[in-house]
Amino acid sequence: MNAIVKVENVGMTFDTKKGRFVALQNVNLQIRQGEVVSLIGHSGCGKSTLLNLIAGLTLPSSGAMICNGREIAGPGPERAVVFQNHSLLPWLTCFENVHLAVERVFGAKEGKDKLKARTNAALEMVHMSHAAQKMPHEISGGMKQRIGIARAFAMEPKILLMDEPFGALDALTRASLQDELIGVMEKTGATVVMVTHDVDEAVLLSDRVVMMTNGPAATIGEILEVKLAKPRDRLQLAHDPHFAECRGAILEFLYQKQMKKAA
Amino acid sequence: MSTATLTSGLVTVGPDTEAASETRDDIMAAKQEAPVAAAPLAHAPAAEPRTSFGEHCSAFLRAVLPPLLGFAFIIGLWALVAMKSSDFPGPAKTLDAAITLFSDPFYQNGPNDQGIGWNILSSLKRVAIGFGVAALVGIPMGFIIGRFAFMNSMLEPIISILRPVSPLAWLPIGLMVFKAADPASTWTIFICSIWPMILNTAQGVQRVPQDYLNVARVLNLSEFKIITKILFPSVLPYMLTGIRLSIGTAWLVIVAAEMLTGGVGIGFWVWDEWNNLKVEHIIIAIFVIGIVGLLLEQCLLLIARRFSYGNN
Ligand SMILES: Nc1ncnc2c1ncn2[C@@H]1O[C@H](COP(=O)(O)OP(=O)(O)O)[C@@H](O)[C@H]1O
Ligand SMILES: [Mg+2]
Repeated sequence: MNAIVKVENVGMTFDTKKGRFVALQNVNLQIRQGEVVSLIGHSGCGKSTLLNLIAGLTLPSSGAMICNGREIAGPGPERAVVFQNHSLLPWLTCFENVHLAVERVFGAKEGKDKLKARTNAALEMVHMSHAAQKMPHEISGGMKQRIGIARAFAMEPKILLMDEPFGALDALTRASLQDELIGVMEKTGATVVMVTHDVDEAVLLSDRVVMMTNGPAATIGEILEVKLAKPRDRLQLAHDPHFAECRGAILEFLYQKQMKKAA
Repeated sequence: MSTATLTSGLVTVGPDTEAASETRDDIMAAKQEAPVAAAPLAHAPAAEPRTSFGEHCSAFLRAVLPPLLGFAFIIGLWALVAMKSSDFPGPAKTLDAAITLFSDPFYQNGPNDQGIGWNILSSLKRVAIGFGVAALVGIPMGFIIGRFAFMNSMLEPIISILRPVSPLAWLPIGLMVFKAADPASTWTIFICSIWPMILNTAQGVQRVPQDYLNVARVLNLSEFKIITKILFPSVLPYMLTGIRLSIGTAWLVIVAAEMLTGGVGIGFWVWDEWNNLKVEHIIIAIFVIGIVGLLLEQCLLLIARRFSYGNN
């Protein structure tokens, strides 16, 4: 099996003021080339922690994280991240934000025109060419998130990590961005790991849904294969029995097996 | 800052303010296909310019009337006080004096009798030098203190002790070191300007959002790019706040310092006019100092606004 990312017996412990806090324990996961995996679980269970580990922004307390046969020692452009709050640099235009990433990844081997073309292509892909010269504060939240996605895809990463990319958006915008993401993933065949708390989103977008148990010491509870043909269409899926089945399985996991005591 | 996390800290997701502003229009605009824009404007009424002119007028009045009333009130009060007192000049007399004074602001009759223009300029020059040197020293120091926790804990107690000291207390030391009045007053400006610059720059460096640093880490930016594209721009607004605060105090302090040292300068001029018992000139000086201070402040606010990147 050609796993691009291997998470082996990973544990994550944080030192806090109240002592040691075991966030993750015994996490085992393999992510295949070209696969879309979503992480779902109750808030605070450790989804972001796991994604940060894959990104290399934090290092595990125990176990091994392997990407492309090598231990993950830190973050790098081959594992691009779409941040939950877009994290565009407010002093750069949308074009410059994307260009900064493009320049970093391809600047050594490609000329200026090629870099510009790449940046423009990335903006075009998320239908944001018209806002290229705008500053981030001049565009809406959904548009910012689009630019964030363009920035990540423009780097042509081996694997794309997204932490609740549409978490802060309203339902309409979210649906339209999901459709856009489906298109982009289809076009690029990217390997994607995505954190979400939205059951429909998980089923709609992913090949596998990784369900996490509640923390502390959270781990992977179940993994669900979504065997729906791609590309998927949200309107047709609404009547698809397998879609309903997947949805049911996740809901059952979240609200029966991992019922959270009312906070 | 805590350990790096992808999201902004440990927040759980919920609708934030941006979600509220999100509308269908945004989606349409994003898809870039909105050729029907401007259509509703087609039948704009012809009478519109007139009403908007009237609105402009009333808005203008609303903005200008209260300050004018304030000035009228204070001048009236001043005239009243001046009538009761024998040696306090009234507004008319002061205006007269001001006109003579400003008709020839740049005369020069020896070192101790120069036009008000020269006095203002030489005060400004001292402020500029003291302030400029303070920026050259203070801003890098702020970066160092903000970046290295060790330097922070090493220098913090010293700064905490020295900062509340009136800069005038440093004047004798300046006189001793430089053996001249002019650099000594520049030295006090340096001292009073440097604290806000160090502290604000350091704070800015400490507050560079973790998200931006994470972007830098994921992109694996070079140290040079991190400084030019991330650290510097995000510290700049803090730095400008420091600069604005210090130019404010510098302008306060220069008047006092010059009163003590003498020479040419607006502070010395005030003292000199007191010795000549020209009270109307002192009143003029108060206005002039106030206006110059206001202009300095406004200039820096303008610059600061240029570098505040919207409420992201
Ligand atoms: N840097 C940290 N220091 C201490 N505790 C942390 C840190 N990061 C995460 N945690 C804790 O780990 C748990 C999982 O957090 P997180 O991965 O953010 O959850 P979520 O699944 O909502 O993304 C939470 O209880 C959180 O308080
Ligand atoms: Mg999270």
